[in-house]
Amino acid sequence: MPWALIMADNAAALLLLADGRLPAGGYAHSGGLEATIRAGRVHDADSLEKFLTGRAVTAGLVAGAFAAAACHSSTKGDQVLLQELDPELDARIPSPALRAVSRSLGRQLLRAATAIRPHPRFHELDRTAHQPIVFGVAAAAFDLAPRDAALAVLHEAVAGPAVAAVKLLSLDPFSAHAALARLTPLLDQLASEAAKHADTAPADLPSAGAPLLDIAAEHHAATDMRLFAS
Amino acid sequence: MPENQEPRTRSLRLGVAGPVGTGKSSVIATLCRNLAGELNIGVITNDIYTDEDARFLRSAGVLPAERIRAVETGACPHTAIRDDVTMNLMAVEDLEQDFAPLDIVLVESGGDNLTATFSPALVDAQIFVLDVAGGGDVARKGGPGIARADLLVINKIDLAEYVDVDVEQMVKDATAAREGAPVLALSRKQQDTVQQLCAWVRWMHSQHVNGSHTPIDPGPMAPHFHADESGEGYFHSHDDDGATEPAHEHK
Repeated sequence: MPWALIMADNAAALLLLADGRLPAGGYAHSGGLEATIRAGRVHDADSLEKFLTGRAVTAGLVAGAFAAAACHSSTKGDQVLLQELDPELDARIPSPALRAVSRSLGRQLLRAATAIRPHPRFHELDRTAHQPIVFGVAAAAFDLAPRDAALAVLHEAVAGPAVAAVKLLSLDPFSAHAALARLTPLLDQLASEAAKHADTAPADLPSAGAPLLDIAAEHHAATDMRLFAS
Repeated sequence: MPENQEPRTRSLRLGVAGPVGTGKSSVIATLCRNLAGELNIGVITNDIYTDEDARFLRSAGVLPAERIRAVETGACPHTAIRDDVTMNLMAVEDLEQDFAPLDIVLVESGGDNLTATFSPALVDAQIFVLDVAGGGDVARKGGPGIARADLLVINKIDLAEYVDVDVEQMVKDATAAREGAPVLALSRKQQDTVQQLCAWVRWMHSQHVNGSHTPIDPGPMAPHFHADESGEGYFHSHDDDGATEPAHEHK
């Protein structure tokens, strides 16, 4: 599909939405990294990179596929399909704590996106829609393509934890970003894979899981002393 | 607004900022303890590692526990009140909706440095809290919080004699740094100063309700409070002075 292969003419809008400085609350989350470090499973640059890779191919791919599908549904104006995505994503996130985080981040993104680019498409969304779904609709509001939405969500799925790692570990910031740099071909590949599902029936969207991320989220939610909200 | 109209759902959103340990939670507890009988109050706390501040306030019993909510800021307390206020903004709005009508929502920032101030997108007015134990020279150094906050509180003045700080001089320095904007020397153990704090908050709330308060960031010299010996006082502004120098001496 040609639209999956070429950089959009409106790439500036993609950079805007994918920028961690977008005021949508992402900075308060470590994507499960804090709990994973506490459990001793990540302790240096190498183990961080493995964590990020695992997150990209599981939670990242699922979020990317849902963002792509939401973008596509929104562009088509298919509201029914858009509504079906929500319970399907719920079913792919076993941890109640993680579902709550996804909805909280979705609500914040919806608030930010509505404020910076008012668009009727945002009215199609539930106030507590999941973050990847809101992202897909926001991408559509900027006339971006499903692959753009998937790529940005995949980027956030690894960039958030990588930046959090520098606060949580004695880690050279360059090492964290070097890991992100090595992951870029993988993210491109996953974004293309996610975009292939833009038109897939919601029930058949990818469902890759990372049980330890769900367990980590539950442990984290029950921890008193923590730096990040998740 | 007449009583028989619809209840207000938009509270006065009042931020409380300042360095770690200067007594932000204590100021909030003091306000709740003294004003909860006349004003409907909610509180949002921003802790860095824990929900310790929310717990402290709940355990102080100054408000029903459900009216005190904690927002986690991912080690970026300054971001949560300035660059990316979305989390806090939604927490404030939820509180206003769940307990409507609230008169005041107090937003406590996570203890940060001297440069952290609230965005006017989040709060209508802000109090910056210093304490005498942090050193008598801090107020003189100025900075956005010290210079621009609607009210500067110099807290724990009962400790001044133990840390060799001249409170009067510190207030004078702070007033100079603020070009005359209000400075309040506070000790929760000195009831007259507590009453002055409450008077300022009542005044700010009334300004908010009658629509005469505009959030300042930064702005012209703010209206300010002059206490007299009874702990009462009056507020005025220099909007019409037409001069850079205050028209009277601020002691």
